[in-house]
Amino acid sequence: MRKKVIALVVLALVAGGASAADRIKVGFVSTLSGPQGAPGIDARDGFLLAVKLAGGKLGDLPAEVLVTDDQFNPEAGKQAVDRYVKRDRVDFVTGIIYSNVLLAAAPSAFEAKVPYVSSNAGPSQIAGSGCNAYFVSAAWQNDGYHEASGQYATSKGFKSVYLLAPNYPAGKDALAGFKRFYTGKVADEVYPRLGQLDFAAELAQVRAAKPEAVYAFMPGGMGINFVKQYVAAGLSKDVQLILPGFSADEDTIKAVGEPMLGLFNPAHWAPDFDNAESKRFVAAFEKEYGRIPSIYAAQGYDAALMIDGAIRAVKGRVEDRDAAMRALKGGKPRSVRGDYKINNNGFPIQSYYLRVIGKDGQGRLINKTIGTVFANHADAYAKECKLK
Amino acid sequence: MSGILILEQTLNGLQFGLMLFLLAAGLTLVFGIMDMINLAHGSLYMVGAYLMATFVQATGSFVLALALAVAGTAVIGMLLEVSLFRRLYQRDHLTQVLATFAVILIANELVRLVFGSQPVLLNTPAALSGPVDLLPGLAYSSYRLLIIAVGLAVALLLYLLVAKTRTGMLVRAGASNREMATAMGVNIRTLFTFVFGVGAGLCAIAGAMLGPILAVQVGMGESILILAFVVIVIGGIGSIRGALVGALLVGIVDTIGRAFLPALFREFLPPAYASNLGPAVASILIYVLMAAVLFWKPQGLFPARG
Amino acid sequence: MSAVRKLTLAGAAALVAAPLLLHVLEQDFYVGLASRIMIYAIAATSLNLILGYGGMVSFGHAAFLGAGAYTVGILMAEGVTSAWIAWPAAVGIAALFALVIGAISLRTRGVYFIMITLAFAQMMYYIFVSLKAYGGEDGLNLATRSGVGFGLDLKDDLTFYYLVLAALLATLYGMHRLVHARFGRVIEAIRENETRMEAVGFPTYRYKLVCFVIAGAVCGLAGALLANQANFVSPRLLDWIQSGSLMIMVILGGIGYLYGGVIGAFALLALEEALSAYTIYWQLPVGIVLLAAVLLAPRGLAGIFGRSVPAREAANG
Repeated sequence: MRKKVIALVVLALVAGGASAADRIKVGFVSTLSGPQGAPGIDARDGFLLAVKLAGGKLGDLPAEVLVTDDQFNPEAGKQAVDRYVKRDRVDFVTGIIYSNVLLAAAPSAFEAKVPYVSSNAGPSQIAGSGCNAYFVSAAWQNDGYHEASGQYATSKGFKSVYLLAPNYPAGKDALAGFKRFYTGKVADEVYPRLGQLDFAAELAQVRAAKPEAVYAFMPGGMGINFVKQYVAAGLSKDVQLILPGFSADEDTIKAVGEPMLGLFNPAHWAPDFDNAESKRFVAAFEKEYGRIPSIYAAQGYDAALMIDGAIRAVKGRVEDRDAAMRALKGGKPRSVRGDYKINNNGFPIQSYYLRVIGKDGQGRLINKTIGTVFANHADAYAKECKLK
Repeated sequence: MSGILILEQTLNGLQFGLMLFLLAAGLTLVFGIMDMINLAHGSLYMVGAYLMATFVQATGSFVLALALAVAGTAVIGMLLEVSLFRRLYQRDHLTQVLATFAVILIANELVRLVFGSQPVLLNTPAALSGPVDLLPGLAYSSYRLLIIAVGLAVALLLYLLVAKTRTGMLVRAGASNREMATAMGVNIRTLFTFVFGVGAGLCAIAGAMLGPILAVQVGMGESILILAFVVIVIGGIGSIRGALVGALLVGIVDTIGRAFLPALFREFLPPAYASNLGPAVASILIYVLMAAVLFWKPQGLFPARG
Repeated sequence: MSAVRKLTLAGAAALVAAPLLLHVLEQDFYVGLASRIMIYAIAATSLNLILGYGGMVSFGHAAFLGAGAYTVGILMAEGVTSAWIAWPAAVGIAALFALVIGAISLRTRGVYFIMITLAFAQMMYYIFVSLKAYGGEDGLNLATRSGVGFGLDLKDDLTFYYLVLAALLATLYGMHRLVHARFGRVIEAIRENETRMEAVGFPTYRYKLVCFVIAGAVCGLAGALLANQANFVSPRLLDWIQSGSLMIMVILGGIGYLYGGVIGAFALLALEEALSAYTIYWQLPVGIVLLAAVLLAPRGLAGIFGRSVPAREAANG
């Protein structure tokens, strides 16, 4: 009898070491505190919701999601990713919202050959010649929304637009993207400090320049303060404000309120999308968290779905990182946005839609889709990427 | 460069400077009279903002909430003084720096425990969310005008308090020569607690007024604290007049620098660089200003002592 | 052998053996953490020299940490990866900054000295923030670690650990010699009573400046090592909170004690690491510990356990 038990124990130990992973570990690092924290919290909530709806699993294997706050600090983000890949030995890293944190932290994942699935940030540095085989995005490349905004501004015939974006990689991408598709005159191009919250000086400059419209990319808390101060300074009466989806989504809408009615903004998804996955997501999110999901939540959810699909494709053998990457980039991931596929540089090829802020049946402010700006749009940097 | 632009930027600088003054006034008094470096002054500013947000939610009235927040912060400040800071007056500056640094850490985490890591929503009162037409072509935020008005009113009140009342006289005596004041029979302990409470109240006004413009978040005191120290060094430790002059100087230099230096640099450099250099140089300007003042007038512009 | 000597040898032995043990237990991540702690120990020791022994309360010491780190980072971004060039450059640049900052600041006393060192550190912070070509506020990733040659690869955490350990031991030895030499005694005497030393004929300003520069240079070395350890530099290395952390390490460990910096760095960073595993509010217990230390144990942990040098008295700033 004792010999049988020993044999079984030995077998279990050996088997435990040799089999495919029996649980999935995901390292989720994002900005969860401070004024820039709302998008990160949404992304985390969306991701965890997906795991919950799948019964606590990803790809049919029990999933453990480790969550860390990067406090909007690139160094802390890098340390978090270092811990994930070196100490916790995660299978996937995801979650970062801000491009500056991503550029500092992702290389740690790349070096350890751990797949990074972006649920938000998509800086141009990683899209072109700096592309990496261990990167894939379930969201978009940074320029996408801004290119759509530029296209929209052109189509509305604005003759001069004043541009504002924070002074960090995503801000630079934003205005570069806008200018790529906007054919009118740029009244001025101003880059306030990332994290700045008082725009009195910048708004005075806007007033003095007398443009027809203002295009401002202000993520997170910056956006809330910017829109409020824009209205308070009386600019909303004379100068049209154009925003990308980032600055006109649920987190900003909730904080600013009525002044946001009627604002047009492009994005890749809106809560009123008609496909089954989106409807399921919106209903489940509202039930679980009591609020309308933002694009950030949708992206967190989609990142989980992408990881889930990839694990299924490799039948749970995620230790083969290269196979896992191929599975992440190949095929058509399930998503709330409908169908999309991944380009050679790891970024999605997808459509961008025009949305407007209106009210839903319950009188809540919500984004509504009113048209398509780009269909099956690829980013401008993919051809510079040497990956296949 | 239009006159309207200059006027608007000057108003912005004035607004920022007056709020800095509120912080600097309390700081300079504590430093001047009790000879204590208080890094936790910024934490009182943060507490003031959080209390304001809480009371606005609870009472719905901006004015009532402001009064409650100021009172609450003053009480907290006085409690801190009696329990902890009193022990630090006799210690050396290094000990004071480290002890008050510790208070910052503790205060930040306590606030985070109570209120969470997300910034708390604090909105401008509905009546003041829109602009006021100051001049044709210049519609200025009415709320910012309120800030300027409040700042000037408080400055006036402080002046009256310090220059025209008996308590103020005691405060001035304590600032210029503490030992002599004690020898003359002034109840130093009560005076100190009172001064600390007033300083805390001033912080609360600044925090409450700036909350709607910035964000009521953990750690909001740290960035403004450094500026407040620069102000009091420039103005002269212990002098409220110095704090006012220093604060307005710093406020205007910072705002004008941020506003016009990028435009100036834009003549020579691409936009992204100009937007870098402008704020960077503007920030450094303030420290250069401080170093210059220290070089020529080592005790600051209006030293309280001798 | 005295108790202190025995403890020193025991400590050194433990530090030498630790990473091998961690490697066997497959906790290699902690080897990296230990390297980081030792680097901060070097920085804190350098601050202890001017703060503890010299009585100069510099609130801008992190500027030298940043100067050293950025020298390595910028050189690497420009393609220079050899440690033999980058590290001496880091030390040199940090010493240069210390010379300039010290020359101006040491003309002031008391609280003004504190404020002006703080101001200089802030200035440098904003300068590095404006260096967009080298990452600016977002920081700069280092492609690899410095190359030392001799077939040693610093990318191996174990190798790097031993190099840092060697640097730490060298720093401590150097400090020991310095403090017990005439220079050290003069510095301490200046701390006790500068007027008297001036009256006796010592050029106190010059002594203080030399001390300041040495401390800055050593801190620059720590910065170079830190850039390698993190593979990342950012202006946050220079901000006043970082300077404050270094001061906390010195006071926790024991001002004016030879091992004050080392003990303080270990105590603070180990405490942070351990606490942050349990709660996100770890700064609260750290703050309480610091407050208690400042109020109740002004001589720090070293003061409680041992004696190396007579405790410093309350100096005026």
